[in-house]
This record gives sequence, structure tokens and C-alpha cells, in this order.
Amino acid sequence: MTLNNRLINSLSEIVIGQPPCTGGRRHFIIKGRRLFLKASLSKAAITLAASTGLLLPMQAYASWNEVAFNANNLQTAIKSALGSDLSEASNKINIEAPDVVEDGALVPVTISSTLEDVNTISIFSEKNTAPLVAQFELDKDCEAFISTRIKMSNTSNIIAIVSAGGKNYSTRKEVKVTIGGCGNSQVI
Amino acid sequence: MIKSSIKIRAKIKNGITTVKALISHPMETGLRKEKNTGQPIPAKFIKNVKCVSNKKVLLDSQWGVAISKIPYISFKYSGGNAGDIIKVSWVDNTNQSDSIEAKVK
Repeated sequence: MTLNNRLINSLSEIVIGQPPCTGGRRHFIIKGRRLFLKASLSKAAITLAASTGLLLPMQAYASWNEVAFNANNLQTAIKSALGSDLSEASNKINIEAPDVVEDGALVPVTISSTLEDVNTISIFSEKNTAPLVAQFELDKDCEAFISTRIKMSNTSNIIAIVSAGGKNYSTRKEVKVTIGGCGNSQVI
Repeated sequence: MIKSSIKIRAKIKNGITTVKALISHPMETGLRKEKNTGQPIPAKFIKNVKCVSNKKVLLDSQWGVAISKIPYISFKYSGGNAGDIIKVSWVDNTNQSDSIEAKVK
């Protein structure tokens, strides 16, 4: 179907779909022109998307752990994220986060560790609807260091679990939240 | 050119490269409702973020909805050189994705 045909088709659709209006013929011509503009714009958008690589096949990422992210209690979340809910409390992990935050939607968290052979760093927020916040898989060249910003629904513990040399180590830090940040509960 | 959703800065100091990235993304939990209509706002959040340099995956991460909107992330690695190309990419739950490359300074 040529573009012209398509325009005529869509024009007739408008004629059918719309009640007769006082603008008459002129009105339809303007509509037609808009359609034409729209058609060429979307074509341009597709070309642009293709050239910037948006339409290329997806890169391989670590598979998203659906069970762990959907778990609604801490035990299950930890178990499904790390394969075991056992972890050794360690003073070699440091959680840097404010003691009190006004807005739970934005809690800066920095986790660092002096443990050797760190594989993954996982962040949990104990009382969130879904406690697992994120899991970072680090290359051996990486320092045991991650800094980000998280949402907390309530005053609770941030738990960092570092998996190093096949073992899990954990540390927690309490953050007081005055306004929840997950949209489901507004604690003031 | 569409402006990239990612801003990235990578600096090397004393052999350790610090990478900082800021992504403009709503990180919508799916739990919020629109104020006026009461309609739930559909979830839209980044699921995976990856950082690659010299064909080596430095960081591969999985995110949930509890990462703040306009996500910020920073990490450090050793063994890099000034001038290295570092690439950060993300994909969200609606399969939208973006990536950016930058030089280590």
C-alpha cells in the first residue's frame, strides 16, 4: 500500500468516525496533513532508534532473580538471593548511611569491606515490602565498594551481605525514616 | 542525537579508577497511585545494570524497585588505565534499554 493510499484510507476513517463539522473540507485537509507529518516523524524515530542501537538484540545480563526480588520477608529474600540464609556477622563490612532521614525515597548508602575475594554485595532493607534492594556482582579487579541511593518504607535496618571466598558475611545499620519512600505506606 | 539517559564519569587516581554514573529513570514501583484519578501507576524500573571495560565485565548488578529514582551508582576498580573506554548499560522491566561509553580520565 502506498503512502498516498494509506492517507486516503485514514482520511476516510476520519470522515466516517467524526460527525459532520462546520469546517468541512478544509478541516479534513488539515487532519490529513497532520497524519502525513505523524507518519514521517515515526519513520524518522525508527531510523534513529536503529542507528543508536536501541533495536539491536539485548545484551546478556545476569538473569534477574525474580523469586528473591518478589520475596516479601527478609529470610526468604536472603535465602533466594544468596542460596543460604546463614551469614556470619562481620566487622569488616562498613555501611555508610545517615542515622536519620526525612525522606525514605532517597537514602544514600555506601558499602565497603576489607574482606578478600569479594564476589557479590547485596543490599536489603528489612521492612520494605520486598526486602531485597539490589545485588552487585563484582569482578576480582573491583574494590569491595558500592555506593548508591535506595528507598526505605519504614525505619529499619539496612543489611549488607558480602559474599567472599564462598562464605557470606553480614552487617546491619539502623536508619530512622520519618516519611516512607515506597508509596504504599506514609508514616509521618 | 537523542541525549543519553546516562551520565558517567570515570577518574583514575593512584591506580584506582572510580566510576560514577547517574541514570535518568523514574524507578516506578507499581505501588503508587495517580493523585487525581486514583489509577495505579504501572511499574517501570531498571532490572540490570552492567559495566564493561576492555571486554571485561567489571560490574553486573540486579536491581529491584527499591533503588531510588534517578539512580546513582559508584564503584571502584584497579588495573585500569587513563584513556580506557568504559561502557555502562541498563535494561528495565519494560525492555527499554540504554548505554553510554566514556573515557577514563
